[in-house]
Amino acid sequence: MQLNIEVNGKELQVRRDETILSALLRNGIRVPTLCSIKGLSPNGACRICVVEVEGKAGLVPSCSHPVEEGMKIKTHSPRVVKARRTILELLLSNHPDDCLYCERNENCELQDLAVELNIRERRISGKKGKHRLDLSSPGVVRDPAKCILCGRCIRICDEVQGVSTLEFVNRGSRTVVGTAMNRDLNFSSCISCGQCVMVCPTGALHERSNLDDVLDALNNPHQKVVVQYGPSVSVSLAEEFGIKAGKDINGVINAALRKMGFSYIFDTTFGADVAILESAMGLKKRIETNQFLPMFSSCCPAWIKYAEQFKPEILPLISTCKSPQQIMGSIIKSFFAPAEGINPNGIYSVAIMPCVAKKFEAQREEMTQKAISDVDAVITTRELARLIRLYGIDIHSIEPQQPDSPLGMRSSAGKLFGASGGATEGIFRTLHYYITGKEMQQPKIADLRSNGGIKEVEVKIGNKKLTAILVSGMGNLRALLDSVAAGEIKAHFIEVMACPGGCVNGGGQPFGSSEKDVKARTKSIYEIDEVETIKVAHKNPMVTDMYERFLEAPGSDLSKKYLHTRYTKRDVLM
Amino acid sequence: MRSRIESLLENYTHSKRDSLIPILQQIQDDLGYLSEEAVVLVGKHLSMPTSQIYGLATFYNQFRFEPKGKYHVQVCHGTACHVLGAQSILSLLEKMLKIKEGQTSRDGQFSLQVMSCIGACAHAPAIAINGKFYGKLTQERLKEVIEELRQQ
Amino acid sequence: MDQHTNQIDLEFFTKLLNAPDPIAASFSQDVALDKYRRLKITKPVIYVGLTSSSEVAGAFDTYSEVQHYLTETGVDADIITVGSLGLCSFEPMIDVQLPGKCRIVFQQVSPEMVSPILDGALNNYIPTEYALGQYRQAIHQPWPGVPYMDEISFFHNQRRLLLQNCGVIDPQNIHDYLSRGGYTAFAQVLRKHTHEAVCHIVEQSKLRGRGGGGYPTAKKWLMALHAAADQKYFICNADESDPGAFMDRLLMESDPHRVIEGLAIGAYAIGASKAIIYTRNRYRLTVERLEKALAQAYRYGLLGHNILDSGYNLDVVLRKGPGAYVCGEETALIRSLEGKRGMPESKPPYPAEKGLFGKPTVINNIETLANIPTIIQKGGEWFAAIGTATSTGTKIFSVAGKINSTCLVEVPMGTPLSKVVELAGGVPNGRKLKAVQIGGASGGCAVPENMNVPIDFEALADVGLSMGSGGVTVLDDTVCMIDMVKFFMNFIQKESCGKCIPCRDGSRRMLEILENITRRPVNENGHNTLERFKGVIHLESLAEVMRDTSLCGLGQTAPNPVLSTLKHFREEYEEHIFDRKCRAGVCRDLRTFYIDVEKCTGCTACARKCPSNAIIGTPRSSYFIIEDKCIGCGVCQDVCKFSAVFFK
Repeated sequence: MQLNIEVNGKELQVRRDETILSALLRNGIRVPTLCSIKGLSPNGACRICVVEVEGKAGLVPSCSHPVEEGMKIKTHSPRVVKARRTILELLLSNHPDDCLYCERNENCELQDLAVELNIRERRISGKKGKHRLDLSSPGVVRDPAKCILCGRCIRICDEVQGVSTLEFVNRGSRTVVGTAMNRDLNFSSCISCGQCVMVCPTGALHERSNLDDVLDALNNPHQKVVVQYGPSVSVSLAEEFGIKAGKDINGVINAALRKMGFSYIFDTTFGADVAILESAMGLKKRIETNQFLPMFSSCCPAWIKYAEQFKPEILPLISTCKSPQQIMGSIIKSFFAPAEGINPNGIYSVAIMPCVAKKFEAQREEMTQKAISDVDAVITTRELARLIRLYGIDIHSIEPQQPDSPLGMRSSAGKLFGASGGATEGIFRTLHYYITGKEMQQPKIADLRSNGGIKEVEVKIGNKKLTAILVSGMGNLRALLDSVAAGEIKAHFIEVMACPGGCVNGGGQPFGSSEKDVKARTKSIYEIDEVETIKVAHKNPMVTDMYERFLEAPGSDLSKKYLHTRYTKRDVLM
Repeated sequence: MRSRIESLLENYTHSKRDSLIPILQQIQDDLGYLSEEAVVLVGKHLSMPTSQIYGLATFYNQFRFEPKGKYHVQVCHGTACHVLGAQSILSLLEKMLKIKEGQTSRDGQFSLQVMSCIGACAHAPAIAINGKFYGKLTQERLKEVIEELRQQ
Repeated sequence: MDQHTNQIDLEFFTKLLNAPDPIAASFSQDVALDKYRRLKITKPVIYVGLTSSSEVAGAFDTYSEVQHYLTETGVDADIITVGSLGLCSFEPMIDVQLPGKCRIVFQQVSPEMVSPILDGALNNYIPTEYALGQYRQAIHQPWPGVPYMDEISFFHNQRRLLLQNCGVIDPQNIHDYLSRGGYTAFAQVLRKHTHEAVCHIVEQSKLRGRGGGGYPTAKKWLMALHAAADQKYFICNADESDPGAFMDRLLMESDPHRVIEGLAIGAYAIGASKAIIYTRNRYRLTVERLEKALAQAYRYGLLGHNILDSGYNLDVVLRKGPGAYVCGEETALIRSLEGKRGMPESKPPYPAEKGLFGKPTVINNIETLANIPTIIQKGGEWFAAIGTATSTGTKIFSVAGKINSTCLVEVPMGTPLSKVVELAGGVPNGRKLKAVQIGGASGGCAVPENMNVPIDFEALADVGLSMGSGGVTVLDDTVCMIDMVKFFMNFIQKESCGKCIPCRDGSRRMLEILENITRRPVNENGHNTLERFKGVIHLESLAEVMRDTSLCGLGQTAPNPVLSTLKHFREEYEEHIFDRKCRAGVCRDLRTFYIDVEKCTGCTACARKCPSNAIIGTPRSSYFIIEDKCIGCGVCQDVCKFSAVFFK
């Protein structure tokens, strides 16, 4: 059904049941917004999107008001523009004026809006709220002074992630976004997934930057700085430099990192390959003994923290295998360093991840050996972009290079870890080999390619039918975990990725990317799998070589020592 | 404390979120305030995140997170009370009790709270101490009342 | 209360309500009902008015004193609790009724006065200075020298449809209400009318919501009635929280069954089987009386399953709001009932389509619902004939502030505003009326020139005022308008839910601007002064944007006090800004103190206490205040034993 409305004097046909905003946007009429965000319920809080509707006393929020037959709308009348500007000025009157130093400088929706509405003078001023910077979490920094109370973080934490760490606290002009009992983030139920950071329009939520640590290490002549980067980083970084979303710039990253002075450049995908072998071996044993099933994936640190807090009774079901990042860290310091004749103490191990929770994971006490951290610093894709700019490297002209050997070698199975379902696909390819002794005829398992949410897939391996459940985005997880705890789920493997769509949409990825951009990244990963020759992890020659020289075999005592970990219940206010 | 909260919660089996406010009210009536423990237990009982319980409780005037003083002084600050001098009553109280609105004195003797309007405009300005009302209050009478309480 | 729920009484009233035409039946049963109306008594009855208002005046002490008196003297009499007549300034009040004599009302009965008054009254001697009036009862002998209640101009000049029982009947005894035709309207509706028909009677009455919005009640009902749903809800908004308004509270405490009956009829009209009364936890007496009244209504089969054999079921629960002004807003109230922060939501969808738990929900204010039984009894047209063409019926106002008699009055719509002030006895101490603030924190000021505006939704709007919920605060020339606006803005700033920017930050900035112009400029640098001037320029434009863009009614109407005073009292703003003077002397910081040379003894007390060393002089001769140094704190005045310090 169509309705006729008039916008700025022009007739438009719009759909019944849509909001004014969606009708306007579809017809190419731009109205600024602030609190509204795709996929989440509109809350009509910021009032920036107001428009004038003939016959209505006040201005109408276009994001939540449905279109009505015959409506006459003005989107930029003097009254509307004045209102929008005043509202923004009110927000700015309570905002710290430190844009130059802000994490989100030049990448801030509030700043953009101030430009769009041509705010050039501080007209309204007054007392600013006193707030405490919350630096307690290794992953996420909360700077409530910059918060504009749009509530996006609250909605994504609750509606999408089902974690509900954040909520409005207090009332009126004393309102803040806070946690239960106003605890610091590190003592709250936050899982550091960073999805709140992704939706925050200002610098009120951002990752805890580790760039300075990395720079110090690079500048320290007594340290060898080793770097690894996660599978999805190479398909995401391009956007930061205005290159088409999803473009794989693996070689460029290698070259850039080398230029910055990193001594060894490795690909976390190698660690993912190792994780595949270990997980496949573990899963095979569990299936054979029919114990500890279904096995949960362990590569996502936000998911691990979630389980430790919300459902500790399922911890024994989680694969004990460390995440690819930590496997790499462990191998670098325990295998690579001695092999190269370097003292592990002299190595500074950096990981570049699409993720904020990885920062948290790296400092877990389980992730150290003899007081040496497996990984010393984690930076996000965004921080990498800043590092590249800082070193004045022109991404567009630099010649691609290869990573270093041996930990730069990878199979495309490990690369799949960047997308939801990818880890399962990689593991199942190798599991097939472990169980049947034969390679799959067609390694591609299209069913395992998920678009988010929950998906149950049956995969035939030999004469066995194995069930895998793919979860990305934590929203629907609670019910599933309850069923698992009650013994109602008969699946063999459950892959959980905290971020909707997997690491391609991680909390450390470039800001402002659209759903389309994220899809392009995923597509790119699968294209790599199409064209590369080594499609299964157990055929990565460097991995097999490493096992021969160091860990003997997947699941051996040595690999348990270096590549496996344990989980413990966490008491937080949930 | 814990067992008391738990037994209160027994009255609310099969309750959903819409019982949250009555539950918190009952706990506060019983304990005088909402402790962290209470918030956690209610969250478990209703399968609700504690952040949302805390968020809700901080929204409403009624809920408090620290115990009241032995004498809980509430000052009406409705329009009539304002016009007839509630502000000076409040200032005097703050001065005498050495606490600000919303605080409890260190010795736990007095706590001070402002109420929006108690609806007794004919007897403005008015205060209540532990539920007992004092209407048409003058500065002198207020000093006497507080002194009397201090003596006890 | 066992005697009230006696089986015989129950059967009597059930039979009455089950008559084919309950309203007519009730009228024809006068003789049988007289007993319940306490027209025929065999021993003295003493009525004590106990409400949240009289409680503050000490009525509970008076009540205990009456009990004590009766035990001491051994007089056999009944004590009955009643509500409020509306004459709050004359509280505590007690009525005495002796067999065969008219019921007489005594005012300002402090505990000490109980004994002398009862001594007299029980022995046929009236302490006339305490007697307010007596009820006209043809069958009884009047007291000499005491006016009839209906002759007293306060009552004579009102039209008390809603307040008719207040202060007269026992709110805790359903018989008092039943014997005056209570619940016959509900019974009639169940027996004779379809849901639709009830809505149409209310439509005919042209009743409009009394909570402030003035939305046609029937329109809401019809919308909900026609919304298809398996469950509908009817909510009574009894969370009155406008500062300075107390009519709803006193109505509920004095005649709770009227509200419950109105609620039940409304619920039936939209086909709701669940109803909720949302009052405030803090209103202890209100809660107590409503709980009791609900229990009695259940006991009499007027609520619950298969009411009066009609097949209609209605459950009513009482919920105690934990205190947030914004919960008076419909969508916020619904969120609160759902166990959430009371933050309003955008409309549409309207609650009548999608309300509590997503189901069609009607929310009506107390006073709106209290009108319903009468409308059903007397008909929509009868009701529509009262008042003006677009604002029908009566309106209750609570009048407070600088007024001789703080009270509740009920007048027909269309009555001039001046009449309301007049009924309350005018401004005390011979001072001049400055303005009348109506509609509380979201209302505006009527200046003396506008006092003849008729009370009518449209007529008030024409002069920039709004009806509000009925709170009227009378202001005289000792009140500073800027201080008044500051008070309201502070209230809004605290009570705003904090969701939308214009209301949250707008109210805060407006408050700061007002604080700035009432602050003393000592120790200010040029920047502060500039900010103050800039602020004032923005006050008006901020107010307009706030009104235009706020999410809910609270924010949209919050700038009204500012806009209204800017219109009528601009010169007072200018005085504050340019002359740094507050003509009423209310803004402490703007006062300049002087020492009266005649009275000053040179004791040095003020000079020693002055925080800004603004007082100089020689001991034992008169001191002086250096005007530029004085910060207006008033310490000198406080410490002066000789009243030598004054301010201008």
